[in-house]
Amino acid sequence: MGGRRRVLVLFAHPALETSRVNRVLIRGLEGIDGVTVHDLYEEYPDFDIDVATEQQLLLEHDVIVLHHPFYWYSTPALIKQWEDLVLTHGWAYGSGGDALHGKWMMSAITTGGGKSAYQPGGHNRFTVSQLLRPIEQTARLCGMDYLSPFVVYGTLDMHAEAIRAHAVSYRRRIETVRDGALDPLSSHQQLGPESAVDDVMKG
Amino acid sequence: MHGQGFFFQAFVYLGAAVVAVPIAKRLGLGSVLGYLLAGMAIGPFGLGLIGAEGKDVMHFAEFGVVMMLFLIGLELRPSLLWRMRGPIVGLGGLQLGVTAALLTALSMAAGYTWNTALAIGMILALSSTAIVLQTLAEKGLVNSDGGQSAFSVLLFQDIAVIPMLAILPLLALGPEAGSQLGEQADHSSSWVDGLPAWGQTLAVLGAVAGIFVGGRYLMRPVFRFIARTRQSEIFTAAALLLVIGIALLMAQVGLSPALGTFLAGVVLADSEYRHELEADVAPFKALLLGVFFIAVGASVDFGLILSDPARVVALVGALIVIKFAVLVALGRFYGMSFDQNLLFAFSLAQGGEFAFVLFSFAAQQGVIDSETTQTLVAAVAVSMAATPVLMLLNDKLLQPRFGTREQREREPDAMEESKPVIIAGFGRVGGIVGRLLRANGIGTTVLEFDSDHVDLLRNLGLEVYYGDASRLDLLRSAGADKAEVILVAIDDHARALSLIETIQKHFPHLTILARARGRVEAYELLEAGVPHVYRETFETSLQMGVAALRALGVRAHHAHRAAQKFRRHDEVSLRELAALRHDRGQYLSAAREHIRFLEETMQQDLTRPDDFKDLGWDAESLRREADSG
Repeated sequence: MGGRRRVLVLFAHPALETSRVNRVLIRGLEGIDGVTVHDLYEEYPDFDIDVATEQQLLLEHDVIVLHHPFYWYSTPALIKQWEDLVLTHGWAYGSGGDALHGKWMMSAITTGGGKSAYQPGGHNRFTVSQLLRPIEQTARLCGMDYLSPFVVYGTLDMHAEAIRAHAVSYRRRIETVRDGALDPLSSHQQLGPESAVDDVMKG
Repeated sequence: MHGQGFFFQAFVYLGAAVVAVPIAKRLGLGSVLGYLLAGMAIGPFGLGLIGAEGKDVMHFAEFGVVMMLFLIGLELRPSLLWRMRGPIVGLGGLQLGVTAALLTALSMAAGYTWNTALAIGMILALSSTAIVLQTLAEKGLVNSDGGQSAFSVLLFQDIAVIPMLAILPLLALGPEAGSQLGEQADHSSSWVDGLPAWGQTLAVLGAVAGIFVGGRYLMRPVFRFIARTRQSEIFTAAALLLVIGIALLMAQVGLSPALGTFLAGVVLADSEYRHELEADVAPFKALLLGVFFIAVGASVDFGLILSDPARVVALVGALIVIKFAVLVALGRFYGMSFDQNLLFAFSLAQGGEFAFVLFSFAAQQGVIDSETTQTLVAAVAVSMAATPVLMLLNDKLLQPRFGTREQREREPDAMEESKPVIIAGFGRVGGIVGRLLRANGIGTTVLEFDSDHVDLLRNLGLEVYYGDASRLDLLRSAGADKAEVILVAIDDHARALSLIETIQKHFPHLTILARARGRVEAYELLEAGVPHVYRETFETSLQMGVAALRALGVRAHHAHRAAQKFRRHDEVSLRELAALRHDRGQYLSAAREHIRFLEETMQQDLTRPDDFKDLGWDAESLRREADSG
């Protein structure tokens, strides 16, 4: 299954200085070979996204990870701005828009509510996978495969030890993706790293 | 003849320093040890380039210690000094008292009478302000716990020298008992000799009060007046005049000049001229101290030592061990951490330069016989020379093994609080940046060359210092070593460029943010290697452009985006054109230059039309595709 995949983590958190979980997760990715972390709010505090640069970055990578807190069942505003401006017609989709064909896309998100809240009948009525459909379809429209998301539930009352454990499994997940060990077609099955997350959740 | 002798001496001293100090620094020995070794090398027992006149040089160079205390005072605000009163009196008093008592007892055990023993004990209990503070400063340890404690003790010792000078004559049992301080060189023609005791006390109090009042109310207008001439050498002259004047005044009333200038420094620590004074006096202090250390090195009497090496070694050993033991015990008593305690004890475990003065004074008074003083002076000199070695051992061998290595930046009570941002030029631009930073709780050190402006800003409660920011020494004393960002916003563009060159050379860790007034200045700054260049009219012009678009009915967000895109486009074009600038030959006038910029930039605006569009929000191509499909 080919060599290593180059991974681009598009990270978006408008107030990282107040974050507990995302700060640890993103720091956990430091120094991984073949992984580029791109901090969007740091790069574009005024939402003035440099489309050419962003498109070039996408071309240089094989896997796009959208990493962000789950705000209102969606992304922080800057990721939406990024989608609007960077995924242009004729480049990312539409006739001649095949720049992203064959790449993979994955969401990495953190939610305040616990996993039980994201159930049919739960507080949020839908699963995270269901709520992420717009992103999944965005990926598909651009000819990308969409991997199952990496989700950290219940961040509101998470203690430091659990946060660290999640950071470890996040790093492992990114490495697995980079090494191409994850098959997007069967990625709906729960794989090692994510079940590790669930274990921590129960504990 | 005489002049030639002076030049020869100066040549020998400077040559020794220039050769020995860089080598010592290179070997990690520190500059103090370098000077001392240089002194030994050129001294009567080395190459013999300096002889007996070394003693006179030493007295002269002691003025370096006076300057050093002035500089220390400048770093120490009155409120901070007041907070240190506990350690100064408690720790300093105990160190001096206990050490003197032990050394006195030991001397009596060695067969001296009680009065001689007491004189020896008191004199040897003193440590060397010059060596200790210089070594600590070089290692960056002045603000550590141990460093601050050592400083407190030294300050107390400086004060204690005055009563010692008074007590020593009383210890003489011979007929000349009771003869007064008058014989001391510095005090030989003092005004207060003829006065009764209450008159002398009054003179002392008057002098101290004079320093306080003068420093607070008189010196600032005087400095402001001098600063307005913009002749930096006159400011230097005034700074030296101040220090020398105070030293003279102190000597006249029988106080230690070092103490007087220290007080003057403390009084001026709050003033806007603090950094400029520091920068002006520091080189003189450093040179004089260097000469002083050389003289100490040269004064080590190897003849005496070699005639009875065992005795001198035993004396030095006993002196260092006793002082060290007392210091360690005191450090424990005051709850210092182990590594800070070691630093504290190693730094102060030597005899001091005051011992040279006091021993010769005591010999004159007949308190101690001259053979004993000669041996003891040799022991003190050796112990002083040993200090940098001991501190090096502590640094390299003991600390890594036993030390807990406290964070050096941690203490909030540090003698100088370092600020992360330096603002050079507090006018239209620097002022706004400074306010933004201050509003967000970021400490800034402001350097401003316009003394009237400085005055106004200080009245508003800002921390602003007078001085030419392009001077290396001023930058250093404004904390450029520890700062992270420097904002260059001075009006004189040539001076700004030379400031930038200085920063790049000496403080490469600093992030430089530079203000440019227009495109030409921006090009020059970019060429100087400053990546962060801000044109002061650019943002305002863009905002006016946005306002014009909106006045024409363009929707707000579109106008806003247009400005954002234009800004990015222009930043790129600025850098591209900066690189091309020299390719097309020189232009004659600034006006033609200006027209050329306009032409070039406008042409470039046309080369990349997509730079100005938001294709992602533009449904045009989608519509076309839907039509054709």
